Formats: sequence, structure tokens, C-alpha cells
Amino acid sequence: MSTMTATTDSSTIAPTRVDYDVIRELVAPGSRILDVGCGDGALMALLEGSHGVRASGIELNQAGVNEAVSLGLSVIQGDADTDLAAYPDRAFDYVILSQTLQATRDPRAVLENLLRIGTCCIVSFPNFGFWRVRLKLLFQGEMPTTRLLPDPWWATSNIHFCTIRDFINLCADMGVEVDRAIAVNTWGQRIPINAPWWFWNLFGEQAVFLLRR
Amino acid sequence: MTSDFVADGGSPHIGATEDDREARRRSEVDQPTSQVARFHDAPLKLDSGVSLDNWQIAYQTYGTLNADRTNAIVVCHALTGDQHAANRNPVTGRGGWWDSLVGPGKPVDTDHFFVICANVLGGCSGTTGPASLNPETGRAYGLDMPVVTIADMVRAQVRLVEHLGIDTLFAVVGGSMGGMQVLEWGASYGDRVFAAVPIATGTRHSAQNIGFHEVGRQAIMADPEWRGGRYLEHGVRPKKGLSVARMAAHITYVSETALHRKFGRALQDRDVVTYGFDADFQIESYLRHQGSTFVDRFDANAYLYLTRAMDYFDLAAEHGGRVANAFRGSETRWCVVSFTSDWLFPTSESRTIVHALNAAAAQVSFVEIETDKGHDAFLLEEPKFHRAVRGFLTGAAIARGIEPPASPPR
Repeated sequence: MSTMTATTDSSTIAPTRVDYDVIRELVAPGSRILDVGCGDGALMALLEGSHGVRASGIELNQAGVNEAVSLGLSVIQGDADTDLAAYPDRAFDYVILSQTLQATRDPRAVLENLLRIGTCCIVSFPNFGFWRVRLKLLFQGEMPTTRLLPDPWWATSNIHFCTIRDFINLCADMGVEVDRAIAVNTWGQRIPINAPWWFWNLFGEQAVFLLRR
Repeated sequence: MTSDFVADGGSPHIGATEDDREARRRSEVDQPTSQVARFHDAPLKLDSGVSLDNWQIAYQTYGTLNADRTNAIVVCHALTGDQHAANRNPVTGRGGWWDSLVGPGKPVDTDHFFVICANVLGGCSGTTGPASLNPETGRAYGLDMPVVTIADMVRAQVRLVEHLGIDTLFAVVGGSMGGMQVLEWGASYGDRVFAAVPIATGTRHSAQNIGFHEVGRQAIMADPEWRGGRYLEHGVRPKKGLSVARMAAHITYVSETALHRKFGRALQDRDVVTYGFDADFQIESYLRHQGSTFVDRFDANAYLYLTRAMDYFDLAAEHGGRVANAFRGSETRWCVVSFTSDWLFPTSESRTIVHALNAAAAQVSFVEIETDKGHDAFLLEEPKFHRAVRGFLTGAAIARGIEPPASPPR
């Protein structure tokens, strides 16, 4: 189904954002990217610096937007659920949805828009099938909080959790081609390429998918 | 003058009589103390179909044009502004209207950029307008001046920029009516604009905004001293009408919150109401003062023409009904700015611009600045606004290969 990446390189990025490191490997230099849910624009700045990309961003939080613009980044205040419709087809080489899918109201519609706007789409998300999450629910009977999902259920902006297996099922349902997939464990190491999906789904703390249609 | 409002204060020209001020203002119309480019037998074709064969455009410049001619920024002024963005105003004696944003070390840093600010076509401080001498008749144009549009204003600026030997502007920056000019620059001359900053503006004037302007125009034309627009020849001016126009407009420039905070229902120099129609309330006294000082620096007919230009502006109508068409293929880097308490050009208007730019796949930034200072916030000290403009221009300057301005103070 997919070619998995098994490289292991040391990351210089905060351990919770090892997905940035993976995303940097997937993006071609000089391309046009749209970062949906770009926060303060950290990933955009990284990619502009290392890959010479032309980066645009959308962020819901106005303070994050103002900060990013003050740093010279092209960022607008907007909502992935409502503001993607304005963009034309294939406006970008890559549309990146980094740790944001689980916070959208309609993840499937957002994905449809991403695949329409971009030639490729890169999605990273925290895996709710991760073993720590499973154990917390199984033994404590409480909604899990982890390093990547630190907020309690009543305060979290993450309203649509999924596991790696759920996401793969959705891609299949939508007829989306998974070009590459990378899962990263607690220590920021990539899960070996030859590991089966169940192993990924258990030990991957987060996953990054390169999709196209 | 409080930092909450842009107010026309009393003239600092102490001892200058009203006649002196009026003489100074009148002389600026045809013989401005600023630089002026005069075009003879060089027709400027207007949207109305009429051409101006002989016309002039008055302008100020700040900073130095670099050897590559890549660091020029055109600053576009708002309805009652002029070319004196960052220098002492020759009529009022006050500082420039955008001293807060433009100058050495300021967000629009004249240590790094060459800034051009021209009086708009139809204005009254040195660029051809209704108060200017009509060379064909030897008297002021008055209502013989053709109606001008925002696009006409930009056409005149394009000619000035060409006259200065500049092919491509680094940026065009402006708020309100100035923002409309920025949008027009980006839509019609996008290949000559590297970066564009439309602030507190919209792609069209709303019915509400046209309504407020119409109140102002009717006030001017109802003043018996207006004399069918020929007041200059009669040696009179429709001061009362222009003053009322300014009073009404001034209310739209500020937010209710700020007005209430500053004035509330406080009485002016009295403890009880007078049961009459004197200016009992401070807000009345304040607006009357705003109106009466405005007439010292502005021409009533110019007010008619410029409000009309704003009313006529409709970027979508010019481009097949879709704003996005105006920006198709835009390579310009855009930074759209709005203010939360601006009810003249609310954030929704800016969002329309942003969506249209997105639809054209243009590179765009958008910041909404939280403030209670209303529409006039773009002229005031707003640190977050200034940081955004500085950051955007710095990033664009790097992309353009211009030596960037110094880092912002933290």
C-alpha cells in the first residue's frame, strides 16, 4: 500500500514536533506550500529557510497570525473548515495540515479541500491508537491525556481523534492514494519500514502521510 | 490632542489670522510649496471619458532612491489627507498625518526606502482639482472639473512614478481611500508593485458609507455660500456646510466606545443643561471644533469630488462582477490590515479582499488589530499594527533583495 520511510536521523526540533522534521523530507525545494493551521509560522519559516519554498499560512488564532506576519511570513487569519473553499484547484504544490486535522469540525471535507487545492497533501496527526492512550482508557477508564494531547476532554480543541488505522480507512474510502507514510514513536524514532500496520498503530505516537489524488 | 482621536487642533501658527491661513491654503492649490510635476499637452484620460490635457501632481519624497531603483514606496492618502505624510504641513503648521508610520526608523523606514506621497487628483493641495486654475477659462475649475475616480487618481500616480524614472515600486501603502488606491494599484498595475498594504479599506463603498457621504455633500451644497460651486469667484466659502460634513464624517471615524470613554454625556463648561441649542455636551463642542478647524485647511468642492470618487469605487464591477478577477495572476505580496472597532470599513470588508486574493492564489497576509480607536486607528499609535507593517515590509524587502530595515525594537 505504501512505501514507508525507515531513516533515522537525529532531530533538532522540539520532540513533540518531530513531524516537522519528517515534513521537511517530503517537501521539494522551491515549491509552493500552504500550511493550514500554521500557528506562529514556525514550520513555514523552517521550510522557507531550508527549502526556499514560497509559503502561505492560515491560522485560526489572531495572535499567532499577527506574530507570524510581524516576522515577515504570509499568514492570514482563517478557519480550515470555512476558508479553504475560496482557494482555486491546484494552487499549491503541497498543502500541509500539521497536527490540525483532529481539531477541525469536518475532517473529511477539509481533506477533500486540501486534495483539491494542492498537488500533494501532507497530513500529520497524533495517533489515538498509541499504546499509552489505549492503556489509559483501558486501565484508568479516563479520556487519555498525553504529551501531544495534554488538555482534558472538556478543554481540548481536538474534537475528532483518530488512529492510524482509522486514517488509512478514511483514505481508502475517499479514494486517496497514500504516497508515503511515516510513524514516529515516543522517542522521536521512526517505526521500521517493514513493521506491520498493527505495530505502527500501537507504537506510533504520531504519523505523517503524503497523500495525492 | 489626545491619542485616541485624530483631531484637527487649533492652528499652531500663533498670531496668524484666518485671512493669512486662507491665503496660504489658496496658494498651495496652484503653487504648492512641495515638489510638483506639471504635465503640459500630456493628456490624462479619465474614467468619465474626459481628458485633462494640462494637469499637475504635487508630491513629497522622503529617503533616497537606491541605485537599482527598487526601494520606492508610494504612500496613498485618505479623503482629507495630502502629500505631507511625514513633514510639517505648510497650511496648518502641524506634523505630517502619518508621522507615526513613516520616517527614519519608523515601520515605513525612510532610512531604507524612498517614499513618495502625492496629493490625489481632485484634491486641493497642489494636484489638479476643483480649486485649481482651469487653464482654458482662467478661473477655478469649480464643477467644471471632471469627476475623478480612484482609478484616475492611480493613473496620475503612475504617471508621476514614470516621471521619476521608476519602473517597479517596492510597495504601495495606504489606509481608507488610500487603501482603495492600493487595491487599484495591485489590480491594474500589479506587475509594477512588489508588495501592497491596503489598510482599513474595502473593495467597494457600502450603501451606509455612500449615505454618510451624501449627508456631507448635501450639507455643503445647501450652504448659500456654496454659490453653485463658484464660491471662490465670489470671495466666499461654504464654511458652515463643509463644517457639518466634517462633523458627520468624524463620527464615522471613531468608535462608540472611544467616544463614550472620552466624552460620555459630560457637559461643556457648565453644570446643568441650558434648555437651549448651545453646545451643552462636550461631544457637541468637540465636533463643532473639528468642523470649524477643518474648513481652514480643505476646499469644499474637493470634498465633493473625493467623496464621490470613493462612492464610485467598486473593484468587482470593474472586473466582471468578481473581485478575484481583479487579482488574477497577481505576483504581488499582499498584507491586508483591519481594526476590530472600525465600523466604516469593518473587518468583513478586509476578509472579502483576502478571500479574493486567496481565490487568485496570491501571496497574502492578513492581520486584524484589536483596538477601540475605530477607523482612525490606522493614523494613530497602534504598536501591533506598526509591528505587522514593519515585519511585512522587512520580509518583503528581503525577498526583493533590498537591504532590510533594522530589527524592530522588542
